[in-house]
Amino acid sequence: MTKPVNIEGAKFEETVLKSKIPVLVDFWAPWCGPCRMVEPVVDELAEGYDGKVMFARVNVDDNPRIASQYGIMSIPTLMVFKDGQPVSNIVGFRPKAELKKSLDMAL
Amino acid sequence: MSNSPKKCDIVIIGGGPAGLSAGIYTGRARLDSLLIERGVVGGQILNTEWLENYPGFPEGVSGFDLTRSMHQQATKFGLETLIAEVTDVKMTSESKLVKTTQGDFTARAVIVASGSERQKLGVPGEAEYTGKGVSYCATCDGAFFRDKSVVVVGGGNAAITEALELTKFASQITVIHRRDELRATKILQEKAFAEPRIKVLWDSVVEEILGETLVNKVKVRNVKSKKESVLDVSGVFMSIGFKPNTGFLKDILALDNIGAIIANEKMETSVSGVYAVGDIRSNSIRQVISAAGDGAIAAVNAEKYISG
Repeated sequence: MTKPVNIEGAKFEETVLKSKIPVLVDFWAPWCGPCRMVEPVVDELAEGYDGKVMFARVNVDDNPRIASQYGIMSIPTLMVFKDGQPVSNIVGFRPKAELKKSLDMAL
Repeated sequence: MSNSPKKCDIVIIGGGPAGLSAGIYTGRARLDSLLIERGVVGGQILNTEWLENYPGFPEGVSGFDLTRSMHQQATKFGLETLIAEVTDVKMTSESKLVKTTQGDFTARAVIVASGSERQKLGVPGEAEYTGKGVSYCATCDGAFFRDKSVVVVGGGNAAITEALELTKFASQITVIHRRDELRATKILQEKAFAEPRIKVLWDSVVEEILGETLVNKVKVRNVKSKKESVLDVSGVFMSIGFKPNTGFLKDILALDNIGAIIANEKMETSVSGVYAVGDIRSNSIRQVISAAGDGAIAAVNAEKYISG
């Protein structure tokens, strides 16, 4: 069972940008209601992609530079990174089936 | 997952305050009750950081804490919760079948509490810049607009609450409202008018949202003078009302002209044994307290219907 990993500032490049497999990054903050709604859905989604996709979380409160670097202006935003580049982003709460479809399209 | 549908006394569709309150009552009536929620229990009120008008909380309460407590309370009385999406419903006065992504269920009565979602404005640039300056949740996104100029589109309680929320971050907040007076409740209006960073642009509508990677302008038209103007802004917060989530109920229940379910004072809909509660009900005032009240009324009447 894969759990999303929390990423702090300096680790972002090493963990996300240099990852050998695609990474789904959940940009969130503790004070955001819809982020709390997305959280368990992303956790569940992660279980189905063991070894194929890495799941990560970036707290935008603690990491404002990463958020602004990728133009995050709404949370939750789920961004898929492939070979260090963002290839897809999903803004706001979506049910699991819809998230899965968007992720599969990005892969 | 078995092929034959599981039998329940009551199926509640939607896990916001209306559905949870119904669940507390049906659970206490010892009815075998299942609540189906497609996202996370709590509903739209999770977007509200702080409720100041829910009775019993003089200091206020967060939407998250309030609904979590409601869910614990309902679960204690026997309510089962399933996280799944409803894919189809077949409801007549004789039988009720609810199909979901996690199995099918029959029920003797159904309480529809699936709420509403933010209305889109439908102007050029809106979809393109969603998440790039266009937002539907000031509580979530306000912090990205620190010391920036933003607009809030709308004039109701939600719009003015969002404008006030944004004063924590934005340098200038312009409320764009299509009429010459606000619909928001007086206490909110007083707070907004007393706040020097909030300005209201009356009789005005947003025509287009412009930008490069991110939003940088909105085009506004005055509906009386027909004059157009362009404002330099970084954020556009949409708060122009709500659309009931009744897509899956078309042709099954009688709906009003905005798609909300028509129900009487017992919360009964056009199909006997089917009840509508909370934001999804026609003429709902869209408050947690009224949603909870609707839920209790529907549960009591559903119990009578089942035992009748």
